[in-house]
Amino acid sequence: MAKRLLKWFVKEALAEEVLGDLEEKFYADAEKKTTLSIKLNYWYQVLNYLRPFALRKSLAITSINYGMYKNHFKIGYRNLLSDKWHSFFNIIGLAMGMAATLLMGIWVFDELSYNKGFENYDAIAQAMQTQTFNGEVQTAVNQPMQLAPELRALYKDHFKHVVTSSFIDNELLTVGDTKVSRPGNFMEPGIAHMLSLQMISGSRDALQDPTSMLLSESTANALFGNADPMGQNVEIGSGMKAQVAGVYQDLPKNSDFANLSFIAPWQLLNTTANFEARVGWGNNWFQTFVQLADGADLTEVSSLIADVKYDNIKNEGNPRGVKTKPVIHLHPMKKWHLYSRFENGISTGGAIERVWLFGTIGIFILLLACINFMNLSTAKSVKRAKEVGIRKTIGSVKNQLIFQFLNESFLVVALAFVISLFLVLLALPFFNGLTDKTMTIPYAKPVFWLSCLLFILCTGIVAGSYPAFYLSSFNPVKVLKGTFNSGQGASNLRRALVVFQFTISVVLIIGTITIYRQIQYVKDRPLGYDKEQMLYVPINGPAVRHSFETIRNELLLSNAIKDVAASDVLVTGTFVTNSGFDWKGKDPEMSEEFNTLRATHGFGAMIDWEIKEGRDFLRDFRSDSLALIINETAARYMGLEKPVGESVKWGDMGPFKIIGVAKDMVTRSPYDQVRPTIFSLHNGNFLNFVNIKIGQEAPMGEALTHIEKVFHKHDPKSLFTYNFLDDDYARNFIDEERTGKLASFFAFLAICISCLGIFGLSAFVAEQRTKEIGVRKVLGASVMSLWKLLSKDFVFMVILSCFIAIPIGHYYMNLWIQDYSYRTELNWWIFAIATLGALAITLLTVSFQAIKAAVHNPVKSLRAE
Amino acid sequence: MKEARLGEFEEIILLLVGILEEQAYAFKIAEEFEAQTGKSVSIGATHSTLDRLCKKGFLSSELSRPTAVRGGRRKRIYTISASGQRALTASKELRMSLWNQYPAFTKFTFQA
Repeated sequence: MAKRLLKWFVKEALAEEVLGDLEEKFYADAEKKTTLSIKLNYWYQVLNYLRPFALRKSLAITSINYGMYKNHFKIGYRNLLSDKWHSFFNIIGLAMGMAATLLMGIWVFDELSYNKGFENYDAIAQAMQTQTFNGEVQTAVNQPMQLAPELRALYKDHFKHVVTSSFIDNELLTVGDTKVSRPGNFMEPGIAHMLSLQMISGSRDALQDPTSMLLSESTANALFGNADPMGQNVEIGSGMKAQVAGVYQDLPKNSDFANLSFIAPWQLLNTTANFEARVGWGNNWFQTFVQLADGADLTEVSSLIADVKYDNIKNEGNPRGVKTKPVIHLHPMKKWHLYSRFENGISTGGAIERVWLFGTIGIFILLLACINFMNLSTAKSVKRAKEVGIRKTIGSVKNQLIFQFLNESFLVVALAFVISLFLVLLALPFFNGLTDKTMTIPYAKPVFWLSCLLFILCTGIVAGSYPAFYLSSFNPVKVLKGTFNSGQGASNLRRALVVFQFTISVVLIIGTITIYRQIQYVKDRPLGYDKEQMLYVPINGPAVRHSFETIRNELLLSNAIKDVAASDVLVTGTFVTNSGFDWKGKDPEMSEEFNTLRATHGFGAMIDWEIKEGRDFLRDFRSDSLALIINETAARYMGLEKPVGESVKWGDMGPFKIIGVAKDMVTRSPYDQVRPTIFSLHNGNFLNFVNIKIGQEAPMGEALTHIEKVFHKHDPKSLFTYNFLDDDYARNFIDEERTGKLASFFAFLAICISCLGIFGLSAFVAEQRTKEIGVRKVLGASVMSLWKLLSKDFVFMVILSCFIAIPIGHYYMNLWIQDYSYRTELNWWIFAIATLGALAITLLTVSFQAIKAAVHNPVKSLRAE
Repeated sequence: MKEARLGEFEEIILLLVGILEEQAYAFKIAEEFEAQTGKSVSIGATHSTLDRLCKKGFLSSELSRPTAVRGGRRKRIYTISASGQRALTASKELRMSLWNQYPAFTKFTFQA
């Protein structure tokens, strides 16, 4: 590379000896220095040859004609002013394109720098577990709590820190009368060093003491205001107590730990209810984070620890666990955000695809704007042809003309860039809302300005190169004689470019429609249960669990409240899975996994489920505590023809009796198929939510005050919070709706830019054909026929682009939609609508100019001759 | 007429050409310069000075036979011309006469 540069600028006569000298130095140094340093030195030497004596003649004499440059700028400036509309379309179109690309660039940069705020970014990893359930391979972050101690004991040398952590969860923090609910984790002490917490007070080692906790700065402020938090007692949830031993700066917003507002010592969890049930290699209740030792290789360590769980579970004599063939591997922090999807235990991408998709769209939008610029300038070339002719006869060389036109394009691009910066500034808050980020324009970073410069340069060259080369190649004799014809070539290229623009626009329209249709389709999916007028209150401690029946009765005193039941998970997200079931006729090789939902009496009736066979749980039947209800999918999954009456063992519990089959309900992601689910009665420590059904006509406010009063009475220590079930359900659509909004935003932009382009082009065409139209009119052409004449060309181009766009759009949207197992069809009418829409918009745009030209008084246009 | 005076850097380069004789080409000269003065200089800078000296007529140059070390490329060997020799002598004499007139120095040499 450096060599080629050198060959390019050095006089031919000198090239040989110079290259020889440099090479000799290169090899002389190679013995004592590193490769990088001698390579850099080679470059240094090459650049040092940029001296007048060594340069080629042709390079040496450029750049003295200041007068000419001044003239170029002046002409460029006057050209901008002379045709204000033309320049306006050019600059606005470009500015819009550039703004979109800038926004996209900032977004992509933000996505790529996710988690990079951590010092140990390269060394941190999370242990993942891949298990096989009845042929289905699942990879998840859940780990048994034994994993971390085991890794520490067996592979001490490979890790700097190994940390077990709970899952981040909202906990109520209480200091005196101040109560706040904040997301935080229970973690082992190594985490403070791993995340290199910036301590405002206290030390990172504080967590070593199992009675101490760390608070983030904002949490400390919320709890203590201006008072000193150090050494103060905080109650976490109900009953856990710890002393504040350190305050750390809030973690970076674009990271996976952004919400970590407190870190409580791991040992505190020992005191919580159900802890016993979570212990054991077979139970995956926790997460394990590791920081590799210096110099340790991730893949190596990863394969080293692959069987650590399997071996233990085998030793434990746990045949059911062995069947799932657990494999542990490490997922590095740099992949957490963008490569989080696993198929068959192998990372297969994730959000990175969206980054690519939108990055590409951003570049395409810019390309559309560049095309506008190229089209309008070549179209206008007739006007500039004389100028080129004169310049050439006076003695301009082709290179100078190319330079002049590039110069003009840079002028326009620079102007557009300034405007686009303003546009970005205006659009950023909206865009942040759309993408749920807090991005800013990184003014302070030199990288930003450097890439902006590069951006302007690239855009300038892309937009300006074709006009520059095209215009500068005019033959002066022909141009000045007046026999010049701007040529079929240029107008064919223009057509091709317009077709390209509309192809992209139509593809984007098709994409947008499909995304919205898919969202709507899934939203309309029959759920099988009633989530309206339902709210839930999370259970914070034993107080509510123990007096649930009393609370229920008191709640029901209000007329507004129809029903109350408690459950371990919400019906909108039954994320608890269990295995270890056994029934008659079960394939011994099957390693089954069921969703389970445990609830108190009346839960099913409250959500209005439908029992297909058998019956619901009944209060009067004491034996129902050993009864199960399964859904239809579970019945099929278990291979039971007549499930009612069958008995099922659940670990060492049971036998349970299946008393009913419920109709399938969408209790997990509405994009997925229904999973086999088992419902059982439960009235103990697993209950996590109190579900409350409000009467249809009941005043919501009244009901809420009543609920709050009851909860406050029985659980005065907790902060009363509640959520609506339909809000929870709506959260399933946030991601898709975001994609949809972004796609429609870009489709809109693409259409706008393309229309600006054909608007300018049609104006130009109309202007060029003024005389023709005048003559036609005089001879009796109607406005209608003139309109047809002028629009025909554009309509044809748009139709052509639709034909190209439809297969492309179909291919990509089909690919996208395959990701959802519950999905809509790609109907022909989507494509029809996209085509018709594009046509309608085109006609509207073109007609404005066409009709203006057609109704123009022919006397005026012909008089000039 | 080209200016026929010598700058300090030029003088050293000229001397180095004299010292290196057959080995006087840009890379070696630059290397020798570093070795002798302890200051680093790029090959390009050396080359441009050599070029200037040629133009002033102090040096003449010719291309050598190709050698294997440098990928078969030839190198340009510089030799001091008669006028170069003269310029060096003139410069040296000027300095010597100045030194001889420097009283402190004379005293110093006598004591030694």
